[in-house]
Amino acid sequence: MSQADFASLKERFAYLTERDSADHLSVNCPAKHLLEFCTSLRDELGYDLLLDVTAIDWDVQTSPRFTGIYHILSTTHHNYIRIASDCLEDAQPSLPSLAGIFPAANWHERETYDMMGIRYEGHPDLKRILMWEDYPYHPLRKEFPLAGIEVPFPAADVAESANAKVLPAPMMGGPFVSPSGGTMREIEPQAKDESWTEKEEQH
Amino acid sequence: MATTNEISIGDLGARAGEAEEELKGESMALNIGPSHPTTHGVLRLLAELDGDIITKCEPVIGYLHRGDEKIAENMTYNQFVPYTDRLDYLAPLANNVAFAMAVEKLAALEVPERCQAIRVLCCELARISSHLLGIGVFGMDAGAWTVFMYTFTEREKLYTLFEELTGARFTTSYTRIGGVARDIPEGWLGRVTDFINGVLPVLDEIDKLLTRNRIFVDRTQGIGTISREDAIAYGLTGPNLRASGVDLDLRKDKPYLGYENYDFDVPVGTTGDCYDRYLLRAEEVRQSVCIIRQVIDTIPDGSFYAEDAKRIFSPPKEKVLTSMEALIQNFMITTEGPQIPAGEAYFEAENPKGALGFYVVSKGGGVPYRLKIRGPSFCSLSILDKLVPGHYMTDITVILGSLDFVMGECDR
Repeated sequence: MSQADFASLKERFAYLTERDSADHLSVNCPAKHLLEFCTSLRDELGYDLLLDVTAIDWDVQTSPRFTGIYHILSTTHHNYIRIASDCLEDAQPSLPSLAGIFPAANWHERETYDMMGIRYEGHPDLKRILMWEDYPYHPLRKEFPLAGIEVPFPAADVAESANAKVLPAPMMGGPFVSPSGGTMREIEPQAKDESWTEKEEQH
Repeated sequence: MATTNEISIGDLGARAGEAEEELKGESMALNIGPSHPTTHGVLRLLAELDGDIITKCEPVIGYLHRGDEKIAENMTYNQFVPYTDRLDYLAPLANNVAFAMAVEKLAALEVPERCQAIRVLCCELARISSHLLGIGVFGMDAGAWTVFMYTFTEREKLYTLFEELTGARFTTSYTRIGGVARDIPEGWLGRVTDFINGVLPVLDEIDKLLTRNRIFVDRTQGIGTISREDAIAYGLTGPNLRASGVDLDLRKDKPYLGYENYDFDVPVGTTGDCYDRYLLRAEEVRQSVCIIRQVIDTIPDGSFYAEDAKRIFSPPKEKVLTSMEALIQNFMITTEGPQIPAGEAYFEAENPKGALGFYVVSKGGGVPYRLKIRGPSFCSLSILDKLVPGHYMTDITVILGSLDFVMGECDR
């Protein structure tokens, strides 16, 4: 169980490609080989502590749009590995679930499903974890606005009697900025909703 | 002598079996939380009880979800520092440091030695603060209320030190990308020494109150045992992992901030039960005290921020007000954020609750494209549905107390 470098990994797993990385060993693995690769990593190469499962949304027009990211640490030789796996479908992204080999993946994948809408095939209980069960959106997708979108209140009986709704956050004067790039005027920190003024607030 | 017994052993067994049949189906659903003193925040447990024994336990989280990752994508790196205070709000200084380190890793920026030493001080004081609370409330969960008073008194002294250093007792926001907000105040190190000299006798006091306390030992030993394999499989980190016998401490195994220069031990448990987790935290406080002493003895002079990182760290106020170049630099960083190159980096720090990880994806500029926060408490709680069944209902409080989680970083 020595430290694996990319060359030796590539020799064994021909489908891997190297991924640009500012820190540790980082590989791209096609989704169909992910399960097999991670099983070998855990059983033969000592990468046994799954730390993090997440995904990146590369924006609406990009294809492949979603990339699943895994960080695994070895408790024996103390090296990290990052595995990136592109989701094939952009409209209904999915990846194989690692919950069978790493129980830690169970909650992480539920979170990624909740936030990004990636379906993990073979997950024992894929349901929302941070948002409530009937929530209709996946908030970490790039098209989802920071303020949120109006949705019905989770408890139907309360919603009916109190006429309660989940409203978007009022974005007045907060420290929120538009994404980087563009002219100076555009990248300056600014409130997104500029209709708000102190005068109106006092009414 | 030759009396015959009307009820034979076989009959007894059969009758007991019948009785058990009768009792089946009487399981009770118990809803603990989300607002309950033992859940230490807003954790909800859906438990199923068979008499006093828990047969099923499903944690429900998300009540404190604020969308920190979404917010991070919409603000500059320095603006996000106050949000890191609110992850593990029992050790905000350690979170500040971890976040700054992650972004600096992506920018391949090395901070000066003095800055590193200050950050080590921050991390270890935060660890003492968090563990003192962890031990205090754990004792309280197990019925030993007195300990909490001792630990909270010490934490109060720590808060005074934090206030002097950062200007805030609780939400410190002390680090900036490329340095810290200000240098340590005059005479502060002496007051830290006074504090750590005072905390050791208190630890001994806690030791006397808990370690051989019959009630405490009975309630914690053999309870909530996490095997080595389970601890790794469920991604536990920090004290909860080490209590199960896995010798993994990122300060030793992946040294950052010059931890390799300090001499300290990493305590490792043997059984992984609640009692082990208590012992481990108590020992970690002692080791932190040991690290702090070494930092104070060896703290180098120099700058508290990376002076050559002109597009990342905004210079101190006195320079901004006296030098044109510093003023422009300050203006650019305030408006556009610290300029971080495109790429991705993952950094984890050994925080009091476990490994707090930040995965930063940048497309260049002052705003992260994606920021994933890996909260150790999230993983510590995911093991509950495996750990809790089979225990008595009263053990839930003890198990929760021993895991020392915080919902701020679990729900993010």
